[in-house]
Amino acid sequence: MSTSVLFDVQGPRAKRVTMILNVVAVLVVAVLVWLVVQKLGEQGQLDAEKWTALFTERTWSNFFIPGLLDTLRAATLAVVGSVIFGLIFGLGRLSSVWILRAVSTVVVEFFRAVPVLVMMIFFYLGLARTGLIQPSNTPFWAVVIALILYNGSVIAELVRSGVYQLPKGQREAGLAVGLTPSQALRSILLPQALTAMLPSLVSQFVVILKDTALGYIITYPELLASARRLGSGDGNILQTLLLAAVVFMIINSALTFLAGRLSRLLSYRTSGKTRPLHEAAAGDETG
Amino acid sequence: MSEYLSDYASLLSQYDVLGAFWVNIQLTFWAAIGSMVLGSVLALMRISPPASMRAVGAAYVTLIRNTPLTIILVFLVLGVWSQLTISFTDDFNQNFFIYAVIGLSIYHAAFVCEAIRSGVNTVPAGQAEAARAIGLSFLPAARLIIFPQALRGAITPLGNTLIALTKNTTVAAAASVTEISALMKTMIEFRPDVIIAVFLTVALGFVIIVIPVGLLTTWLSQKLAVKR
Repeated sequence: MSTSVLFDVQGPRAKRVTMILNVVAVLVVAVLVWLVVQKLGEQGQLDAEKWTALFTERTWSNFFIPGLLDTLRAATLAVVGSVIFGLIFGLGRLSSVWILRAVSTVVVEFFRAVPVLVMMIFFYLGLARTGLIQPSNTPFWAVVIALILYNGSVIAELVRSGVYQLPKGQREAGLAVGLTPSQALRSILLPQALTAMLPSLVSQFVVILKDTALGYIITYPELLASARRLGSGDGNILQTLLLAAVVFMIINSALTFLAGRLSRLLSYRTSGKTRPLHEAAAGDETG
Repeated sequence: MSEYLSDYASLLSQYDVLGAFWVNIQLTFWAAIGSMVLGSVLALMRISPPASMRAVGAAYVTLIRNTPLTIILVFLVLGVWSQLTISFTDDFNQNFFIYAVIGLSIYHAAFVCEAIRSGVNTVPAGQAEAARAIGLSFLPAARLIIFPQALRGAITPLGNTLIALTKNTTVAAAASVTEISALMKTMIEFRPDVIIAVFLTVALGFVIIVIPVGLLTTWLSQKLAVKR
């Protein structure tokens, strides 16, 4: 970042100051780490077996892998569902029929305003009453449906803002060559808008994956719940929760990396902006 | 129908819905302050000259943004509180409340940092160059020239973060705080027959809280926009 506009190329004195600050920053971090380690040691959290237990076959095959599979199962279904939901209601908001526009707007705004957890609890307790789904499956469907409604609404907004962010000339050129407004939308605006929104869409998948952890609160046996079950049984809950967090971080970092790569790759193929939501604005990020 | 409504009304009189919403609003208030302070410091670190500070800021944002809020809150309560036995007060509920505020602040600070950084990106290079030209060093330039403009540019993403924070206060249920989502669960379990009305009440409460915040930030961001 030597090219940053915020500070000049540094002279000898500034370099000295920077060196000192570097050392201070490293020291501060070191002190913090030392304090944490000391506190951990005091409470016997550094005992070797509490950590080595994380890397045994039993930990993974009985707890972490089944938990991760359940997390991914809910997340995958929610991703597919919310993309479909988002396309339908995003197109609804762009429709030239006012009643479709109005209905889509109300649906999208409502589900974006209600916390995901509130929807999850509602479906968890509500689905059990309908008797349509086996009681053992209600947590899974509650997680999936709540995630679809919320993230689908966010994706609907992505579709709409994707179309609005295209340069005006794109639509005008379409009209100029004799397309009707809805033809221009279908064959010129939408393909570019959908390409432009792909990176943001992948970023939204990170949100979906993170939000599956809310299923813990409604007894869905996902990764966090498995980690807790293992940890409270073996008395190393601090360590198992940390490992669960690390697993989430690895998967999400991979997705974020993919979003960044996609955005660079696709920027040649659309006149829209491909910067992922994350970077553009810390927008609709929840749980 | 009238029976349904009277059932619902009697349920409302038994449970303190407004009180539970008040807990969420308090959580939002304190966590907004906490995440704003921590997020501003992180943003300053991420644009500062020393490479180590930039690295620390970037690492924080990457790690926290990729971790579910639920894990952070469960970790604070089951890991830090019950295993490391760190507590702030003797009052159980107060203690969980403080832990929830800390967890929400830690999580949302990463998003506040990114919001401010995206605001910094809206400040034209000429502003920073002019600041340097009149002899301001990094901190005075950041304080007097960059941050005031960056904050104005960051109002929309900051507003979105505030809305997300408001909704995320429901996750404090994972840290044993009795707020609205926990109360809703209790109410539905007690009277499952009026589940729809209870859900709509809670949902409407959030619509009433969230939509004015959205309108306010849109209005503010237009009013305070730096004319360029």
